[in-house]
Amino acid sequence: MKLNLKNLNKSFNDKPVLKNINLELADFHSLAIIGPSGGGKSTLLRILAGLQKPSQGEVLINGIKLASNEKDLNEYRKTLGVVFQSYNLFPHLTALENIVLPMVHAHNYNEKNAVQRAKELLRGFQLDEHEDKKPHQLSGGQMQRVAIARALAIDSKFLLLDEPTSALDPELTSEVLAMINKLEEQQKDLILVTHEMGFARQSCDYIVFIADGQVLEHGQSANIFCSPQTPELKNFLNKILEWR
Amino acid sequence: MQRIIKLLVKGEEQIQINTWQKLINITLISILFAAFLVFSFISIEYNLRMETIWQYRSKFISGFLLTIVIAFFSLILSLAIGIILAFASKSRFLPLYYFSKIYVEIIRSTPLLVQIYVFFYIIGTALKFENRYVMGVIILSIFSGAYICEIIRAGIDSIDNIQIETARSLGFTFFQRYRLIIIPQVIRRILPPLAGQLASLIKDSSLLSIIAVSELTRNVQEVDAINFAVFENYIVLTILYMLLTVPVLSISRRLETKFNYET
Repeated sequence: MKLNLKNLNKSFNDKPVLKNINLELADFHSLAIIGPSGGGKSTLLRILAGLQKPSQGEVLINGIKLASNEKDLNEYRKTLGVVFQSYNLFPHLTALENIVLPMVHAHNYNEKNAVQRAKELLRGFQLDEHEDKKPHQLSGGQMQRVAIARALAIDSKFLLLDEPTSALDPELTSEVLAMINKLEEQQKDLILVTHEMGFARQSCDYIVFIADGQVLEHGQSANIFCSPQTPELKNFLNKILEWR
Repeated sequence: MQRIIKLLVKGEEQIQINTWQKLINITLISILFAAFLVFSFISIEYNLRMETIWQYRSKFISGFLLTIVIAFFSLILSLAIGIILAFASKSRFLPLYYFSKIYVEIIRSTPLLVQIYVFFYIIGTALKFENRYVMGVIILSIFSGAYICEIIRAGIDSIDNIQIETARSLGFTFFQRYRLIIIPQVIRRILPPLAGQLASLIKDSSLLSIIAVSELTRNVQEVDAINFAVFENYIVLTILYMLLTVPVLSISRRLETKFNYET
């Protein structure tokens, strides 16, 4: 996929969070956005997801400009899958219903086809024994995997994942990362905000480093991790890898 | 001393109670209460004349039924008022927003007794609206609607913001978000406090006696003026109210535990 950001600015109550970002990425499958907390990673992802509007500038994804009115933005949101840190599943619905509900109501599938497709997906990710469970009966890792399955169910053009493992313990984290890795092997396009450096390095082909609202460095993941250029990235990687 | 305090206020550990312990304790406490009442009656040398109740049973029954009818219609009307106010309190249209805020504030900060007088004698008279039964239901609903508004508002607020974000990211429209995600969850969460509110409504309807609505309390007051059997009358009155409120409160508690582990 292609991503093009031009003079992108976002501020909340006059406090700038993204400062004039210019970025042109052509032809990547999996992009990891890394950087210190509070640096603007999640805000950028939420703009890409069409959940927030930039204060200034424009976003082009695969050459198409992001809409600015709510109606077109909603149509745009239907074409992608988003997974947040936590609380992705609606607590009053079973795992299966969580996948079926948006298919039926936002994507006009008929109920029978939706259920069939949802069941196939759950089986594919070894989640079929949990299909009738409510979220409170699932582990955090299972919830995130169901959420990813839901994002896939609607034939999304690409996936956006906002720190999908940061609320999980290491064991569940690896279970979710394995699932994301599987998608990458299937050449599914995705953009991922993560603190899992090992994962970003091994399985994402492109990295963007954001700190203090700016893109300080970006490049192929091998280059970024082997020869970081800016002192900020060097510092960041040193700190993160200190205890590994 | 420390051990005694620990035994009395065991906060952290979950206590397991079996059916026998429950039965024995409830019986014990009930006997204690009854003994206290009996002792009080004996010490004031009161001569109980329970047969007089039977004589005026029709008054008790008609009052009891009217209390149920008033509580029922008030519940429906106050639900409607509460829902409208709750949505108004979420409105971005400022006059609606402030109407809801001020309404709830005034009703919650004044006694129901005062509201009944004001609405019935001043507003009711000014608008030439004198059917005291309809006025009674309306006044109770205006009162209870403010509390129901707060229950619903708290229910909507308790839905995590990320859920709404998720719903948006899935492409649900504004109305779909309310219909499919928010309202089904809010209903489950507010059912227990709503049942509690119904119990309050049943008790609060007794205040309508001051505008001569012949519900249970008013009728018992009238019987009292004839037979002068204060204790007998009010003991029966208490039991009749409990017949209504105890089941409602127990349903409320059951709903609470039921939905506790679901969300």
